[in-house]
Amino acid sequence: MDLKPGAGGQRVNRLVDPFAQISYHFLQFLWRTLHLLVSLWYLQVSMVQMIEGFLISSGLVKRYGALDIDKVRYLAIVVDSEEAYQISKVIQLLKWVEDMGVKHLCLYDSKGVLKTNKKTIMESLNNAMPFEEAVEKDVLLDQKQMTVEFASSSDGKEAITRAANVLFMKYLKYAKTGVGKEEPCFTEDQMDEALKAIGYKGPEPDLLLIYGPVRCHLGFSPWRLRYTEMVHMGPLRYMNLGSLKKAIHRFTTVQQNYGT
Amino acid sequence: MELYNGERPSVFRLLEKYMRKGLYSILTQGPIPTHIAFILDGNRRFAKKHKLPEGGGHKAGFLALLNVLTYCYELGVKYATIYAFSIDNFRRKPHEVQYVMDLMLEKIEGMIMEESIINAYDICVRFVGNLKLLSEPVKTAADKIMRATANNSKCVLLIAVCYTSTDEIVHAVEESSELNSNEVCNNQELEEANATGSSTVIQTENMESYSGIKLVDLEKNTYINPYPDVLIRTSGETRLSNYLLWQTTNCILYSPYALWPEIGLRHVVWSVINFQRHYSYLEKHKEYLK
Repeated sequence: MDLKPGAGGQRVNRLVDPFAQISYHFLQFLWRTLHLLVSLWYLQVSMVQMIEGFLISSGLVKRYGALDIDKVRYLAIVVDSEEAYQISKVIQLLKWVEDMGVKHLCLYDSKGVLKTNKKTIMESLNNAMPFEEAVEKDVLLDQKQMTVEFASSSDGKEAITRAANVLFMKYLKYAKTGVGKEEPCFTEDQMDEALKAIGYKGPEPDLLLIYGPVRCHLGFSPWRLRYTEMVHMGPLRYMNLGSLKKAIHRFTTVQQNYGT
Repeated sequence: MELYNGERPSVFRLLEKYMRKGLYSILTQGPIPTHIAFILDGNRRFAKKHKLPEGGGHKAGFLALLNVLTYCYELGVKYATIYAFSIDNFRRKPHEVQYVMDLMLEKIEGMIMEESIINAYDICVRFVGNLKLLSEPVKTAADKIMRATANNSKCVLLIAVCYTSTDEIVHAVEESSELNSNEVCNNQELEEANATGSSTVIQTENMESYSGIKLVDLEKNTYINPYPDVLIRTSGETRLSNYLLWQTTNCILYSPYALWPEIGLRHVVWSVINFQRHYSYLEKHKEYLK
């Protein structure tokens, strides 16, 4: 965490009045003290979470013993790109997910580090298949292997832009022939079809786990996040099986009303 | 300055206000979010919890909203967006939908009055979303307040009604298509594509190579700009429910357990503190994606 001063902090050059200078430095001191206290609070929370994670992993907390993993039809994991270079950690995480029985997984980091290491990651998993291969062979419903999809920021807004051009071309074709409407009028279903037509067939994840410093989806495809539960797991280097089980267990107890 | 509801301030309120000012003077030593977005979740659960009559939760929620907006604008947050009504919410029971529409109409008319928060903070109000779905009286009132506050410039309140992100994205595609269509009418590539494509099936080989609409076109045509720095959803729910999916790439998502009518200054302050903690990280990520 790197604290940057704000507008209050940049007034120092204009402070000529000694009283103003003193009050500025006093406020800066209070601000940094506030953030120090908050950091200590988060440190304490992390320690409690690590202990809890250890207890869950050891099986000492019965509540997380049996997970209704079928409720997680599609799991997504977002990893901070700098942390994604810890490929061994990523592989360990995927092995836990595979052992828990998750059948479909999407791995995302905005810079595409995980995509670059796709071969290494897939070779380390016992019984997994790339998502594209599963789609090609039409075995998505086959529950024997876990399918793994790799995504980056180019599969988010940029993919939607490419799909937009597919719709645009269709509109122009109809406009040219005089058959279509004067103003473009598209539906969400047409957008879905356009995305699938250019190869984006991944469904909306039920649960998205974020491994990084901030609870932020970092550009995961906006079209696929409508009702996705997002859980912040903390930095990848502190990941543990217990926290993963807790997050999935909590998801299985959520009830959505989808706006009704 | 008089409080937004026009009442003369009591000693207690004045003391509370000066304590808030003291807190803000500490917080403003760091960066303050330009834009905070809110999902107002939990009004019905609040009503059930406190055994209020039907609609009581929404009324309590509206008071909480005024307080939260006051805190945001006092702190120097320029933009606030609230998710007032989703397109999905039309699937609720008709009398509930009607109640919310009536409440919205009543509150919009109240906002136009003197001594409201709108005038107190020089707020420009904008309704965003698929406004064609609104009933006529609400649409008329919304247009009226948007015209009345168009010249206000200190703060902006964006009210998302009849809104979903996926509808917004499709709308942005439509707008971008219309703007680009004049440019490409005489384009040679289009002539070739039309010459080769004789069926109604989308010809992806031809279509993918043409890049008329650019990402920046879609970004310009979304309803909500600038993008939020923090999104607060109350009631502990951890999903976005089809809200600001496009705009939250670099946005901190905060889900306090409090129901919406229970939201207070501490939640706004906590979200700002977390924004300041991660400001550098998110700025770096924004730069990378540019």
